[in-house]
Amino acid sequence: MNGNIEHRFSPYTDNGGTTLAIAGEDFCVVAGDTRQSEGYLINSRYSPKVYHLHNNTVLATGGMHADGVALVKRIGQNLDWYVHKHDKDMSAQALAQMLSTILYSKRFFPYYVWNTLGGLDENGKGCVFSYDPVGNFEKLHWSASGSAGHLLQPFLDNQIGHKHQSNVEHHLLPLDKVLKIVKDAFNGATERDIYTGDFVEIFIITKDGVKVEKHDLKKD
Amino acid sequence: MEYNGGAIIAMKGKGCVAIAADRRFGIQALTLGTDFQKVFSATDKIYFGLAGLATDVQTLLSNRIPSPTPPFEFTSSRPIQSFFLKTKADICSEKFRMKVDMYHLREEREISPKTFAHMVSSTLYEKRFGGYFVFPTVAGLDANNEPYICNMDGIGCITTPNDFVVSGTAENQLYGMCESLWEPNLEPEDLFETISQALLNGVDRDAISGWGGIVHVITPEGVITRTLKGRMD
Amino acid sequence: MAATATTLPKGGFNFDLCARNEMLANKGVKLPKTTKTGTTIVGCLYKDGLVLGADTRATSGPIVADKNCEKIHYLAPNMYCCGAGTAADTEFTTNLIASKLELHSLATGRQARVTTAMTMLKQMLFRYQGNIGAALVLGGFDVNGPHLYTIYPHGSTDKLPFVTMGSGSLAAMSVFESRWKNGLDREQAVELVKDAIEAGIFNDLGSGSNVDVCVITKDNVEYLRNYRKPNERQPKLQSYKFERGTTTALTSDFRKFVDVVEGDAMDMS
Repeated sequence: MNGNIEHRFSPYTDNGGTTLAIAGEDFCVVAGDTRQSEGYLINSRYSPKVYHLHNNTVLATGGMHADGVALVKRIGQNLDWYVHKHDKDMSAQALAQMLSTILYSKRFFPYYVWNTLGGLDENGKGCVFSYDPVGNFEKLHWSASGSAGHLLQPFLDNQIGHKHQSNVEHHLLPLDKVLKIVKDAFNGATERDIYTGDFVEIFIITKDGVKVEKHDLKKD
Repeated sequence: MEYNGGAIIAMKGKGCVAIAADRRFGIQALTLGTDFQKVFSATDKIYFGLAGLATDVQTLLSNRIPSPTPPFEFTSSRPIQSFFLKTKADICSEKFRMKVDMYHLREEREISPKTFAHMVSSTLYEKRFGGYFVFPTVAGLDANNEPYICNMDGIGCITTPNDFVVSGTAENQLYGMCESLWEPNLEPEDLFETISQALLNGVDRDAISGWGGIVHVITPEGVITRTLKGRMD
Repeated sequence: MAATATTLPKGGFNFDLCARNEMLANKGVKLPKTTKTGTTIVGCLYKDGLVLGADTRATSGPIVADKNCEKIHYLAPNMYCCGAGTAADTEFTTNLIASKLELHSLATGRQARVTTAMTMLKQMLFRYQGNIGAALVLGGFDVNGPHLYTIYPHGSTDKLPFVTMGSGSLAAMSVFESRWKNGLDREQAVELVKDAIEAGIFNDLGSGSNVDVCVITKDNVEYLRNYRKPNERQPKLQSYKFERGTTTALTSDFRKFVDVVEGDAMDMS
């Protein structure tokens, strides 16, 4: 031991939590738990990380909470400016591209956030966009990310995408069925992931606007 | 564990247990084989799987003769019975075979799943400070045909839950699948579907597990063994 | 002599694979994760004896490996021991000492004393220089009355009227510090221990699920497994049972068990 210890400030922290999004025929569901944690500590039992943006889209942020808040604020400002300039709301597809551009603009000091964006496309169909922290994104039908994302993704593949089910016709599920799957998924994730729990907030996007449901999860 | 990859699940059903594994053998991202065996039987009613470093898997329990699975068409609800009986020596070998056989000779009775699990556990803990890189899973029926499942970490800490156990590089994915899909009192055929779906969907989200699967459902009457069709990428 | 196929190992740790594993580690093979008990474990004295308590969550990194494990281990008829840290170490260490105590009391013809158990445990843990990751709360009642110890992985010990250990120890200790006093009765002590464990369960992410309690008095032990279950899972909203035939199988084989009821006697002539 030479006794020299380097002390360094780390600008990042992981606040845990899980998010998912599922696109339906004429709706989109985006959900996230509300626990905010650090190490073995719970910072908050109700600190939402899923945000309803002005233009009938919903953004779920996972990873570092402070970066998520900063990012959502910046997106909100951009959406407002867009309305002033163009006198209409930004479309989900346009927002999806803009979010990617914002994230990549910080390529070498990224927002430590895993985003999932849900909304309705130009035809009124549900759409989901999933991102990495530096703006790589993909349009999907369902996506799960965050601390229990690994647990939920194959479950969605199976139940929403009917993967590996040979005798099942592929079809988009109705809203009530999707909501059941979302709640069961979060209950399962809470059982096994220590960073997921307390409450789950489910945002349901339809052409008439966004509805929010809040349900209890286990608190241990 | 990330060196070779792999995934194993065991589940309890109504008077039966099931154990399933993927079939990949690879070194890091390179897939070398798609018929690797990681589940073996210790006795007629005890099967056990080892996820982890492939060299240790084989040191502990490689087969002398690979267990043959006669190829024929699968008809769903009515499994074709083959009265092909394997002897114990064919099925499990090396370190654990020796220990199971020694138990059999000394005690003049068949080892129970619980005893077997503790034997495996002690074998691992003996090497607490430099061990085998394996994560065993045991599934079996005891003398009264009571289901027993358990798994262990690399140094022999046993967990014996009432529902399911998972291990391997796809552990997280399998936890998510099983936590949602599993329910109590599944009949053997239903348990087969549940464990197979959990395995197939789980390994598809892990880059170094998959390439087909194998499932054994142990019932008081016999053992159903099926190989599964999976993605080969 | 190296163990051959016909000689069983004598016992004790075996270091044969250390050199190989070091080589593998240098080549970049990741060392395996072990199951830890993140854990809240506590103990406190009361008027007629002592109460031990534990949560029931075992973790492997951020994942719950066991939702209902047993962390209060048997040592002797009058002694129990809560374990935190590396799960395999607490399990095997307490099992080993339990065997030694049994032999000890058979050899001496007396009930083992708590201080004997404490000394055995600390000497073993000290010998391994903290490499056996067991943090213990030891409680028992012997000829000298009730005793409560904490034993740290390096072999140091404390003897106190109320103790906590594990990642939830601070949460649990805050309950003890505000509410423990001399001369509690049984009901109050069990309630206090339950609240201390629940503080760990709800406020520490390493602890969770149920409360186990063990009450030890002069001639009696009450092991209250799952004394409280504050975290029952909500029922699922739908069944995920699949229709039979959903999964595509490539081959199917049924190996039927055959009962050998009676055989002809072997011809010995």
